[in-house]
Amino acid sequence: MQTRRIRWHIVVFLAPAVLVYTAVMIFPLFNTLRLALFTEVDQTRIYVGLQNFRTLFFDPIWSEQFWNALGNNFWFFLIHMLVQNPIGIALAALLSHPRLRFAALYRSAIFIPTILSFVIVGFAWKLILSPLWGIAPSMLDAVGLKSLFAPWLGKEEYALTTLALVSVWQFVGIPMMLIYAALLSIPEEILEAGEIDGITGASAFWKIKLPLILPSIGIISILTFVGNFNAFDLIYVSQGALAGPDFSTDILGTFMYRTFFGFQLQLGDPHMGSAIAGAMFAIILVGVCIYLFGIQTRMRRYQL
Amino acid sequence: MKRKVLSLALMGTALATSAYAQEATLTIESWRNDDLALWQEKIIPAFEAANPGIKVVFSPSAPAEYNAVLNSKLEAGSAGDLITCRPFDASLALYEAGHLTDLSDLEAMGNFSDVAKSAWQTDDASASFCVPMASVIHGFIYNKDAFNELGIEVPTTEAEFFAALDKIKEDGTYIPMAMGTNDQWEAATMGYNNIGPNYWKGEEGRLALIKGEQKLTDPQWVAPYATLAKWGAYLGDGFEAQTYPDSQNLFTLGRAAIYPAGSWEIAGFNTQADFEMGAFKPPVQNAGDTCYISDHTDIGIGLNTASENQEAARTFLSWVASPEFASIFGNAVPGFFPLSNTPVELEDPLAKEIVGWRDECESTIRSTYQILSRGTPNLENETWGASVAAIKGTESPEALGQQLQDGLATWYAPHQ
Repeated sequence: MQTRRIRWHIVVFLAPAVLVYTAVMIFPLFNTLRLALFTEVDQTRIYVGLQNFRTLFFDPIWSEQFWNALGNNFWFFLIHMLVQNPIGIALAALLSHPRLRFAALYRSAIFIPTILSFVIVGFAWKLILSPLWGIAPSMLDAVGLKSLFAPWLGKEEYALTTLALVSVWQFVGIPMMLIYAALLSIPEEILEAGEIDGITGASAFWKIKLPLILPSIGIISILTFVGNFNAFDLIYVSQGALAGPDFSTDILGTFMYRTFFGFQLQLGDPHMGSAIAGAMFAIILVGVCIYLFGIQTRMRRYQL
Repeated sequence: MKRKVLSLALMGTALATSAYAQEATLTIESWRNDDLALWQEKIIPAFEAANPGIKVVFSPSAPAEYNAVLNSKLEAGSAGDLITCRPFDASLALYEAGHLTDLSDLEAMGNFSDVAKSAWQTDDASASFCVPMASVIHGFIYNKDAFNELGIEVPTTEAEFFAALDKIKEDGTYIPMAMGTNDQWEAATMGYNNIGPNYWKGEEGRLALIKGEQKLTDPQWVAPYATLAKWGAYLGDGFEAQTYPDSQNLFTLGRAAIYPAGSWEIAGFNTQADFEMGAFKPPVQNAGDTCYISDHTDIGIGLNTASENQEAARTFLSWVASPEFASIFGNAVPGFFPLSNTPVELEDPLAKEIVGWRDECESTIRSTYQILSRGTPNLENETWGASVAAIKGTESPEALGQQLQDGLATWYAPHQ
């Protein structure tokens, strides 16, 4: 029997990536999770096990904020799923139409907001929607619909939805691009074959193209999920760390920031902050697992 | 040949560093980015002229991020030599964590009263860790032209105050009062803690609350919310989404008549507004009542224990405690009133008017700052939300008082 030779070159080639990834991703991640198991009493760090998580989930002061943030986060995600992704797919379908003129122009124009900074997007939309200097009220006024205007960002019932729609505006280019690429990869012959069988126009989209791009839609959904549950910037830029009015726009990211770094007279608590970060990590992990094992493995793939 | 070049280069660096060592450079951490020019043009040159060999760099960050940024820098050991101190617990925590040096032995600390030092002391007053720099006073700044035009007298009682607001609203030229609730803190700082001291009788009520003798459900603590509830009708259209800079602009553009203010606005307003401004103190309930003002110890400056320039930093701090600094600072940054015992002659008319209230009224500080914002839920943050809710009318004043009291009672022993 011949002993298997260790193939050193594999280790050598993998080492740089593994080392860098461990140093900047894996170590910080596990260190954060470790931090969540401690607390600070009189300047010394002591181990408390899962006490921080117990506080987070069962102490009414903390759990109320946590569930509020989680609920808001789900609403934020839902708006993206219901608005951003269907619009992205519709735009991609339109753009891939062979006889559409200026397709490249539309494609760039719709994609540009995605590369803008959150700070610019948040600030610009705050100005657009400002009841004092914004163009939204005057535009509505010009068509006689001034009565429909409300200070949306300042009202508990609208603020989160408004911000979710701003975020949709910014990111609608991403699903559009991914779906567009998927649509272009569908071979012409399949569509022609369908045409011979009498499937044309809209029904060609529903019966041929949509099933073929479903895997891409799945990937987009999971990217949206991860992105939304890690979101923080837009809310922080436009509503501040207290995520006003009355915490109606508070999502897990802002809750974590406020707790970890402190705010105004509230001192930062890295241990509770890490516990929240741990909970966020768990939520995202569960979501991704449900997708990977529950949905993706069952998705039908077609040989093109 | 190569080696020679290398050793020359090394020698060069060695020379440069030794020359550098004689000249200490002090870096100041601050949240007052608005004051950058004043520090660079007036305060620092004055100090450097008197103390050759010490260079000072003023390095501010954004106010809302200051605490978070500073804490991270201190943890990482990259913070500046001098730390601008927020009042009370934020700085106390830094002292307890060993980031701020005890300055009780600094001779110049004798230039300050106990009240001035109280914001930067341990609870038993045994150690002082920041040199008090300035306080800010709350009140209302108004557009004198608008008041003359509409024939309104400066209000002194609450009835007169609301009568004036009604008159401005009826006329319609001006928005009666410039304030929004989007950023939340104005409602608490320039609303609740501005008018509140007249209800809870300043220090008397504040200290009683800390001792647990009064509760936030008592009428003197709930009544300010009831008054704030009446403000909503006089704020601009869409005030729910109006931000702090929006309010400042509304007032300085001359579109609003009254601005619930803190004195820190003076410098900015002087450069922005092209009309004459006046100020009036928070109106009292009945004519002749004692007036109370919020004269809040707001800025101090302390020494980072990790600083490599302890001696130079102490020299700078002694200078900050001197009457010379008080006079430069008070006049360079009108609206931040020096706390030192030597009275300072202010030149700015608006600042002079406001600081004059110290002689007519009893001074106090913001009710939530000392001790009461130590726990979770944080009373200061809760007060922001409550003041906004009061103005919007989403909750009754009594319910708000109850909510705050319940929150405080969960962690603060004297209230349990």
